[in-house]
Amino acid sequence: MVLAVDIERDLPGFQLRVSFTCGESTLGLLGSSGSGKSMTLRCIAGLDRPTRGRITLGKRVLFDSAAGINLPPQQRRVGFLFQNYALFPHLTVAGNIAMGLRGMERQKREKIVKEMISRVKLDGLENRYPRQLSGGQQQRVALARALVLQPEVLLLDEPFSALDNHLRSEMEQELKVLLNNFSGSSVFVTHNLEEAYRLCPNLLILEDGKVIASGSREDIFNKPPNLSTARITGCQNLSKIRVLQDNTVEALDWGCFLRITADNMLEGASYAGISSRHIRPAGKDDHVNTVHCRIFDVIESPHQVTLSVKPTGRETNNISFLKLSISNEEWRRIALQNPEELKICLPPERVFLTF
Amino acid sequence: MDASPLWISLKTAFSATFLAFILGVSAAKLMSGYRGRLKSILDGVLILPLVLPPTVVGFLLLILFGKHGPLGQLLSSLGTTVIFSWSATVIASTVVAFPLMYRTALGAFEQVDPNMLDAARTLGVPERSIFTRITIPLAWPGIVAGTILAFARALGEFGATLMLAGNIPGKTQTIPLAIFFLVESGQRDKAAVWVLIIIAISLATIVGLHFWTKRQIPAGGRPEK
Repeated sequence: MVLAVDIERDLPGFQLRVSFTCGESTLGLLGSSGSGKSMTLRCIAGLDRPTRGRITLGKRVLFDSAAGINLPPQQRRVGFLFQNYALFPHLTVAGNIAMGLRGMERQKREKIVKEMISRVKLDGLENRYPRQLSGGQQQRVALARALVLQPEVLLLDEPFSALDNHLRSEMEQELKVLLNNFSGSSVFVTHNLEEAYRLCPNLLILEDGKVIASGSREDIFNKPPNLSTARITGCQNLSKIRVLQDNTVEALDWGCFLRITADNMLEGASYAGISSRHIRPAGKDDHVNTVHCRIFDVIESPHQVTLSVKPTGRETNNISFLKLSISNEEWRRIALQNPEELKICLPPERVFLTF
Repeated sequence: MDASPLWISLKTAFSATFLAFILGVSAAKLMSGYRGRLKSILDGVLILPLVLPPTVVGFLLLILFGKHGPLGQLLSSLGTTVIFSWSATVIASTVVAFPLMYRTALGAFEQVDPNMLDAARTLGVPERSIFTRITIPLAWPGIVAGTILAFARALGEFGATLMLAGNIPGKTQTIPLAIFFLVESGQRDKAAVWVLIIIAISLATIVGLHFWTKRQIPAGGRPEK
């Protein structure tokens, strides 16, 4: 079943223009806060009404402004996982899950609820109230409550934002398994790019209400089509360029010349970028795209060290920092030799151009 | 001593609380869903009986229900009149108690997380059931508090009652009216007895509210074991 969305929503000071289709897999909606991610989900669920456009699910029309169709959320068969889970505090776990099953025979309903509770591993907690549960358990209840109605689409609005880091990765694993077993489309909203990458084969990047990139996650992360996308995917090294001949560009913000592979060459591009993980300290055999740099700042994290460097002789304010991430061991080795300066290498196959 | 003011007061306060509950909760539900331009004006009109002097409320009611008033004419065409009858005590008390019920219930409804209601919608729960199964239970502590405040206000009503229902012993004379007229005629001892009775009832109501609020835990649900 294909979810097809092509909607516009006009608000004072904000316009949403979103168009995408999503088959039976997970689509990640990535964007900073206020970019229209949640509003898109609410429009699909029928909680917000688009100004114009069309939303279809397989052959069912959920919304069509031209035909005057706007199915109420109750009839859309769209599951929604809210950011704060929105569990009903006055109902038990079983009561929350059974909320959508009203009008069903009591025995049948109890059987379904019981099955669902064991599916999300909450056995024994049927009679607890939401506030007696941990964050992870609350999320499972919310998932169970949405899935028990066998929705055709599952919408997830930043589902991990309320969890601490330890629970986050655990719940992410669980969710991944659930999403793989889920037989419909799912749309996953987040502003965490790594989360999006791990969970969603396809991504849609929103900025200021507009789609600025869409495609497979590999394409978007390795060859972002524009500057904003590169920023949102976490690329910290971006420079204005002047394209020269022979697959060479001048990186104006870094004050150096870079060679680009023929594959990565892009006619009319105005920016070059490279991920901080792809810049490396130059080895003996590196002769292309190597730059002598002065080290300005060292940020040590538990698993990596991020260096801010500028090409030597060009340490002016007009020149931007280059950032590179290396392992702690490597940094210790470098610091023993010379903690002030470093020759770095920007491998030509890792440098991408964008608009 | 004639005990009739006690029974008239209790009967009036309970009836008025019942009416104020129905009207107040309904008005609060309508207003909580209303986003129009007239919201603050409508809200002001509904609160007005709380801020106006009770004699002014009584005067307005007298005009409304009087011989030449719109409601008075309607009632007299049906062969009945409410002025100087027991119904008038109930009407006066209901009108002054209503804003307390309405305002407290509205506050409670607006405290309900709109995500809860949206969650219920995506679960296929019809709008009508959302109100009874989600909104009311979540707003319940506020609704109960509003009911008790409305009861206390209805019990103490004096000015509007005197204007609309008069002071007819055994018929419209409530405790507050009895106290006033006993003092006026120099019977301070008898007035003191009624003062003690009404203090006892009011105190019991407030203490009851206090205990009840303490037993409540945030957002409904039962206390932990």
